[in-house]
Amino acid sequence: MNNASVENQSTNVNRPEPVVRMEDCSISFGGIHAVDNASLSLCKGEVVALLGHNGAGKSTFIKLLSGAYKRDTGTIHIRGEQATINNPRDAKAYGIETIYQTLALADNVDTAANLYLGRELRTAWGTLDDVAMEARAREVMGRLNPRFQRFKEPVKALSGGQRQSVAIARAILFDAQILIMDEPTAALGPQETAQVGELIKQLKDDGISIFLISHDIDDVFDLADHVAVMKNGQMVGTAPVTDVTRDEVLGMIILGKCPPGATPGPGALRDGTVSQ
Amino acid sequence: MPEPQTTASTDGARQSQESLLTRLVRATEVDTRMLGMMGALLLIWIVFHIFSDGRFLTPRNLWNLSVQTSSVAIMSTGMVLIIVTRHIDLSVGSILGFVAMIMGVTQTVALPDMLGSGSSYTWAITLAVGIVAGAFIGAIHGYIIAYLSVPAFIVTLGGLLVWRGAAWWVTSGQTVAPMDPTFRLMGGGPYGAIGAFWSWVVGCIACAGIVFMIALGRRNRKRFNFPLRPMWAELTLAGAGCAAVLGAVAVANSYPWPRGIVNRYATANNIAVPEGGLFIAHGIAIPVLIAVCVGIVMTFVATRTRFGRYVFAMGGNPEAAELAGINTRWVTMKIFILMGMLCAIAGAISTARLNASTNAQGTLDELLVIAAAVIGGTSLSGGIGTIVGAILGALVMQSLQSGMVLLGVDAPFQNVVVGVVLVLAVWLDGLYRRHSV
Repeated sequence: MNNASVENQSTNVNRPEPVVRMEDCSISFGGIHAVDNASLSLCKGEVVALLGHNGAGKSTFIKLLSGAYKRDTGTIHIRGEQATINNPRDAKAYGIETIYQTLALADNVDTAANLYLGRELRTAWGTLDDVAMEARAREVMGRLNPRFQRFKEPVKALSGGQRQSVAIARAILFDAQILIMDEPTAALGPQETAQVGELIKQLKDDGISIFLISHDIDDVFDLADHVAVMKNGQMVGTAPVTDVTRDEVLGMIILGKCPPGATPGPGALRDGTVSQ
Repeated sequence: MPEPQTTASTDGARQSQESLLTRLVRATEVDTRMLGMMGALLLIWIVFHIFSDGRFLTPRNLWNLSVQTSSVAIMSTGMVLIIVTRHIDLSVGSILGFVAMIMGVTQTVALPDMLGSGSSYTWAITLAVGIVAGAFIGAIHGYIIAYLSVPAFIVTLGGLLVWRGAAWWVTSGQTVAPMDPTFRLMGGGPYGAIGAFWSWVVGCIACAGIVFMIALGRRNRKRFNFPLRPMWAELTLAGAGCAAVLGAVAVANSYPWPRGIVNRYATANNIAVPEGGLFIAHGIAIPVLIAVCVGIVMTFVATRTRFGRYVFAMGGNPEAAELAGINTRWVTMKIFILMGMLCAIAGAISTARLNASTNAQGTLDELLVIAAAVIGGTSLSGGIGTIVGAILGALVMQSLQSGMVLLGVDAPFQNVVVGVVLVLAVWLDGLYRRHSV
């Protein structure tokens, strides 16, 4: 066991047993270490924001948890038990739902079909219960986007914001316990962004644990309990938002410099060099 | 209980300005693209009718047209699912040929040895053997495509060669004939049709089915207080559907048996033939009945089952389907298994019609089947296509071919026309889509 995880565990003393504990996870694509020995944990009802430049490995890292990629090494514990996550189905079975940056919508089918993709409601005859799915879709979409009415159209006909609402609605439809949000407000206007912010707070109050990837540092300080910063596939450090300033977080993102309030990871810059 | 709101858009002022046709299309929610295809088919029929001096739109020609279409139509329903998931199957003609050869040998050599000749189970066992063989071949293709990640184009191009060769290998190239008499009924002909009475029965059941489906849809939408189609639109739909069904039955029932067969039948059954001949109608041909059943089942599978939903979702965005937790590889494999089974059914019809299994059976069918699916609106870029469209596409292709035969167009020139129509249809379809979405 290397230093990073020991340090991580020491910081966990005053936190309850995390819902998700990812340790020393790595994945390479053809010799490129996209994620290199990264560790991160998430407690119940907590929002952990994951920050970093484009290409820092944030999306790849959370895809190890969502099952989109299979990690090369490392362990994942869910609710204290070692979890086997080899594909998206495995992750969903653990109550992990994901809003992908690409939204991952099937463009040629309608909203209800997308919301229930892979988990369709069926009638007593075993056939698709499209009417029931549409009814539930209207209900959930009504909460997120009250003016939305285009339930009969394929989602490719919808606006960017509407498509994002569909992706968010899909993630919260199945009572997820762990939510991964990869840039959930990227395609939204200011008003809709505020709405998603409210939603995140509400989900958090409901005891749902959230990984949030965002570029908006104001958003992060508003919504998150902890920040984690990645650079070049490595974890620079993690910190409670109350213990760091915005400038310090920017320093972590840009320079990889870990401030005193943060717990350094393997990617942190120490005395001018990256520790290994 | 008050009637729920009738249409989604209730802008009355605007609606009254629209033409009757626009309102009809909007209220019935019919697919305008499908209407366009039906219009095109009707146009082709009328043009041929005029140029052939009234020989095209006759019960005889339409009946034959329906029988000739059934084999390609059956395979095209499976091709829709394959193309929707961005794959292709170039091997269907060869699978048909190989499976037809297996079925030929099963009923002429294997089963008579085991059951004695003329067993009444021969046809059923033969068909079952064919379907299992087709499913097995499809499973091999599907496995290589889905689990070994070899492109479908290559796998089925290989299949095209392999199964054609295998068909030759079964009998060293000899034609197998004649077929079991019951099996032959699947090919049509005077005996391979269900007669006037049963045709009306089937027609009435179909009408009841149409009304039932519309009523069921209405009740379902009422359950959640969703907007309903106006009653007159529902009645128009039901009326048009029933009229089409009964009209088709009437046409099939006005095509009489040829005099020679009537006389033979009369002699065999001790019926006195009156002056001017006895009128015995063909009724719906059995291969057409099979094709219609396949069409209904495949439409059900494509639109009402999870499998169908996954097929379309995978076609729209394969990555999204995978991330949604769909086992896309297994779905892909199932599609190819289904295709193999449909090839076997089509092969049974073609063998029964020929009364033989030959080495070259089904050659070039893959191109007709792909063309039918594509003319029927299946998009090669994936995610879009309907079973009904593909069947209509098959009907368009066959109409062109038999129309040109009626007109005495030379065979090479027939191919030129079919080729041009294929390209034209896809171009028009692309134009339509760009303007509608």
